[in-house]
Amino acid sequence: MTSIPLRLGGLSWRIRPRGVVVTTAGLALLALLMALSMRMGDIELTVAQVLAATFDPADPAHFVIMELRLPRALTGALVGAALALSGAIIQSIARNPLASPEILGVTNGASVLVVAGVVASGSAYGGTSGLLTSLGVPALALLGGLIGAVIVYGLAWRRGLDGYRLVLVGIGVAAVFTNVKFWLLTVGDVNDTGRAMVWISGSLHGRGWEHVQPVAVALAVLVPLALTGTRSLNALRFGDDTVTALGLRMNRARAAMILAAVLLAAVATASAGPIAFVALAAPQIALRLTRSAQPPLLSSAAVGAVLITAADLLARTLFAPVELPVGVVTAVLGAPYLIHLIWRARK
Amino acid sequence: MSATAVAPRLHGIRHRRITVLAVLAAAVLAGVVLSITIGSRSVAPLDAWHALTAPGDTESDIIIRSLRVPRTALGVLSGLALGVAGALMQGHTRNPLADPGLLGVTQGAAFAMVASIMWLGASSLLAYIWFGLAGALVASVGVFALGMVGGRGGPTPVTLALAGTAVSAFLYALTSALVLLDEQAMDVFRFWQAGSIAARGPDVVWQVLPFIAAGLVLAMINAPGLNALSLGEDVARSLGQHIALTRTVGVAAVTLLSGAAVAACGALAFVGLIVPHLARALSGTDHRWLIPYSGLLGAALVLLADVVGRVVAPPGELEVGVVLALIGAPFFVALVRRRKPVRL
Repeated sequence: MTSIPLRLGGLSWRIRPRGVVVTTAGLALLALLMALSMRMGDIELTVAQVLAATFDPADPAHFVIMELRLPRALTGALVGAALALSGAIIQSIARNPLASPEILGVTNGASVLVVAGVVASGSAYGGTSGLLTSLGVPALALLGGLIGAVIVYGLAWRRGLDGYRLVLVGIGVAAVFTNVKFWLLTVGDVNDTGRAMVWISGSLHGRGWEHVQPVAVALAVLVPLALTGTRSLNALRFGDDTVTALGLRMNRARAAMILAAVLLAAVATASAGPIAFVALAAPQIALRLTRSAQPPLLSSAAVGAVLITAADLLARTLFAPVELPVGVVTAVLGAPYLIHLIWRARK
Repeated sequence: MSATAVAPRLHGIRHRRITVLAVLAAAVLAGVVLSITIGSRSVAPLDAWHALTAPGDTESDIIIRSLRVPRTALGVLSGLALGVAGALMQGHTRNPLADPGLLGVTQGAAFAMVASIMWLGASSLLAYIWFGLAGALVASVGVFALGMVGGRGGPTPVTLALAGTAVSAFLYALTSALVLLDEQAMDVFRFWQAGSIAARGPDVVWQVLPFIAAGLVLAMINAPGLNALSLGEDVARSLGQHIALTRTVGVAAVTLLSGAAVAACGALAFVGLIVPHLARALSGTDHRWLIPYSGLLGAALVLLADVVGRVVAPPGELEVGVVLALIGAPFFVALVRRRKPVRL
């Protein structure tokens, strides 16, 4: 028996035990990693000290836990979950394991505007870096991500949406964005290029509660929406013609799912930069762990959260006091694991 | 329909295909002429011809022989290589998102180049290119080996694509960590990343030529087998195809072609992503025609983009990769919108 039906009013879902096990194990691992993140850093704390500091505002470590480590770790976990969920939705819609929020124009759109902002305000053009306050970059990223998605969606829409055409238009728009980004990196001062590269790689350095809130709100609203759309996602696997024949209102369901994926990726990118690999790898890892036919949404989110939390823990402790961009460590950590899963699947 | 009715129609298709091939070849030729004559110093076509056939010592003769000709040759070679490699890659993975860098070639080259700057003190363009080529070959062979053990009886398209993406992401992460630590490497890397065929001497052309020539031959050998494979592995097997062999030849061709092109000209792999989709609109799915169409179209586009990049922002130049994306991609999107795409 590989699945148990769950009925709620007129709706029903299939609950797969393997999916439940993977998600639960993922959340347990996440809790462990979060606890470790609270303990480790410039000041090493014991579990008792962490607990004491958390609830006692007078404790000297209270600031370290509540204002530095906790918001940073939460941002990482939430961003990981949001990007993985976004990737799982897009891979299901495009029916393509190589698809990621990049083909919806979100991450590349954000990158172009942020790099333009960093280069234009940088030393090569006489501007001041102070122009880019901590608020400036996330706002540029969110704006760029949404503009990118509107461009891709608008160009791909033609009397309905075709998954294959969406992918092709996404490739074309991504080529423009990526090369504009490369060009911007060559015209700036090499120091500004360096700063822009850190953001492009994805970084959680100095993330606070103001970065946690938007991602938490987006997840709270969009996860239920995504889960109700799972049924239409499952049907999409059989191809557009079959779905139409089954009588599903495909365009509406698909548009809602794409909107959810775009918003999740845009908000996550605004908080931590384009951590590109999570959105691609987490759904594929979850798919192999749960042995399901297409990327499972909740398990993917759990895997994404674990991946980024673990990566950030390593990123800030491995070569302390030098900190690596979390996106770099995520790929170094996630890629071998995905390769291992592919390797293991051989018969 | 009787056999006598089919024959003239097939003949008509063949006729049209040869015409398209001739038109594409003429476009490449026109691109070569433009590329040799246009630049910050324009040369009349007749003078250019004179410089090539009876070289003298005038300034324009020297410009043409030492700068324009190698640059044009590299444009043709890299365009051919990336177009053909892209068509092969998309055919083998049956994935429209596959680019010739998918096997780790681009990121392998980038990592080897950056590592050679930081640890081996490489500082000349020629050295970067040798290290880049070596890195591309190693990464590609590694990915193929991984895909080989990952699938049953030879690498399946999905395992190849995923293994390639994972390895590329891994190498890209290492590369970005390295360039963040070293400003000189960052400076080389950011220009390499934008892609260029300028300021590479004749020695670079001779260096990549054998790899690309060998890759083109392998690609044409691979075309009929790839046609059979695109019917599905079971059908291909029952048609007598040796699947693992066909895949190995295809991957070897992609590695040689894109490894050489990327090492010499930078991260231009998306040429190979977009061009085959354009070529498929002209050729349909028959790889015996798709492969030459993609190659010629790639060469024509690279030359055209390079010429535009020379004149569009005087006194400087725009990198060919940037221009190519700004011209080619909107055209591509318009094409995708206008007609139903030819599916893989």
